[in-house]
Amino acid sequence: MDLITSILAITLRAGTSLVYATVGETYTERAGILNLGLEGIMLMGAVSSFAVVYYSGSLVLALLTAVAVGGLLSLIHAFLTVTMRANQVVSGLAITLFGTGFASFLGQRLGPVSNGRYLVGLTGPRFAPIDAGALGRIPVLGALLNQDILTYGIYLLIPLAWFYLYRTRNGLWLRAVGENPRTADAMGVPVFRAKYLYTVLGGMLTALGGAHLSLAYTPGWSENITGGRGWIVIALVIFSMWNPARAITGALIFGGINAVQFRLQASGTNIPAGFLNMLPYIATIAVLVAITWWETLSKRVGAPASLGTSYMREDK
Amino acid sequence: MSILIEKRKNISRPAQVLVPAASFLASLVLTGVLLLAFGADPFATYRAMFRGAFGSGRAFTETLVKAIPLILTGLGVALAFKLRFWNIGAEGQLTLAGVAASWVAIFWGRWMPSFLLLPAVILVGCLAGAAWAGIPALLKTRLKVDETLVTLMLNYVAILFSEFLYYGPWRDPKGYGFPGTEPFPEAAWMPRIAGRAHLGLVFGLVLALILWFVINRTRWGFELKIIGASPQAARYQGIAVERNVVLAILLSGALCGLAGVGEVTGISRRLQQGLSLGYGYTAIIVAWMAQLNPLAVPFVAVLMAALLVGGDQVQMMMGLPASMGILMQGMILFPLLAGSLFTEYRIRRTGRHAAADAGGAE
Repeated sequence: MDLITSILAITLRAGTSLVYATVGETYTERAGILNLGLEGIMLMGAVSSFAVVYYSGSLVLALLTAVAVGGLLSLIHAFLTVTMRANQVVSGLAITLFGTGFASFLGQRLGPVSNGRYLVGLTGPRFAPIDAGALGRIPVLGALLNQDILTYGIYLLIPLAWFYLYRTRNGLWLRAVGENPRTADAMGVPVFRAKYLYTVLGGMLTALGGAHLSLAYTPGWSENITGGRGWIVIALVIFSMWNPARAITGALIFGGINAVQFRLQASGTNIPAGFLNMLPYIATIAVLVAITWWETLSKRVGAPASLGTSYMREDK
Repeated sequence: MSILIEKRKNISRPAQVLVPAASFLASLVLTGVLLLAFGADPFATYRAMFRGAFGSGRAFTETLVKAIPLILTGLGVALAFKLRFWNIGAEGQLTLAGVAASWVAIFWGRWMPSFLLLPAVILVGCLAGAAWAGIPALLKTRLKVDETLVTLMLNYVAILFSEFLYYGPWRDPKGYGFPGTEPFPEAAWMPRIAGRAHLGLVFGLVLALILWFVINRTRWGFELKIIGASPQAARYQGIAVERNVVLAILLSGALCGLAGVGEVTGISRRLQQGLSLGYGYTAIIVAWMAQLNPLAVPFVAVLMAALLVGGDQVQMMMGLPASMGILMQGMILFPLLAGSLFTEYRIRRTGRHAAADAGGAE
């Protein structure tokens, strides 16, 4: 029982960044915009929030910075794909390439002179797990409670994101934009504004996920701190069939793989670390194949119909 | 009268050259602003970068050294992108080919006649690159699995696998714990032309010509173009879409694989850490900036290589991070993509009647 509780606790901790980004990208894709820039946005969220917390000591300011940075980067994506009608795949790749390069640049430039201007190897304030007292010692429930504030945030975010998408008028509009922008336009939905809004919102949530990495999960900055999480999230959105409520399942699976990896490595297994580290990536491919196959067999389509295409409005 | 934006049938010729050139200039300006913000002199930085990349014979051959893998992976990515197959797995295809080439170089040299060793190394390396690209190609054509994610995930798998080998079973026992295999026998070395620039450069240039010819002057190339424009239309014309896509992607993987072969046999002459410095990702920029035209790929590759080499120089001379070059590369795509409104679309003032005729998103 104790083992299960501890694995669940690590799973949630590892899955938190994935949940933020998955919910964010779900909203973006619901508006018909595919954002492959998540990896770059997460890295920028991680490096900027860590730099801010290192100098200011304020975790709140750090989170706000991450949100602003994520919003700006995804605003570029929205401008290129919505207004300039650039190819969404390539624009997203551009955001990731730029974000990766810029995050690496900042990590080698923003640090104190005493550390050779590097941010690597420094420590700063971080989000520590909340001490839940006696409640925290209850098996399983304790795993949910002994978490940092950002993990608590996902308990709120998931139901809220689901409710907004399926139970409000704005959510209905959002789904309409992704399914058929022409019809939505005719209904009077501000299509372009919606595409901008949800792309930027998605980027903000993704950057928050990145901030969770550098402020809580693996505190500090290191190159490639995300380890491909931004890409795994793209797969998780497909896996959750564009439903924010299911974002938790995927995150639990991949957080769980991290947790098992962690346990196995700690217990001194003779499986080489290299193979253990391959697990999340191979699992992503497996999950993707399984869900695509299932979609074909059951003739279900989860993706918003207009995903990836640019919408042209004919002026009358 | 109103404004109408419509998709062009053919991308206009002058725009094909002007937009990438303007994008490069725009990225210089954008990076310059950033440099100013960090208290560095942009002009001095660019001068240093230029001198570092082209300032001497040695500098130029080092730029070519980095251009070789970029030409080969750039060609591979351009071919895949032409089919709207988003192969972002060049990095993994390059790495796995490097591993396969190392396997042949180290273990086959003992029994193989030495004049056959290098051809065998190249062949097996390219096959490995092709096989690694074949996985997402088959998953895409048979099961409609999204290729972007599969190609990318396989990058991580290939890199972790190569690390496992040179940290583990293949580690050189005489290497003082250095993570890398033993050096290859001389028969498996790629001949060098100038400085460290090796025969891979010739392969790259010749293959660029061949690929251009195949795409623009053969029946198969014509079929690939139709598939890229519209798989539906290709099917109506009786083109075997799935088979052609798989074939083209195998070729794409083999080109990326050749880049990996060149790196291990021409540069490091062993399998070791830092086999690829992100060439597979830069290849995406190369391919897109070359507008997927194989003949333009070598020129763009040299330019991108110059940014990498120049970036290293800037680090040594001005104390700026070496990732400067990568940052500038990342910046180039933004103005380039913004320019697609001008290359791929036509903006016209028109009357009500014409607007009604032309309508319709893609």
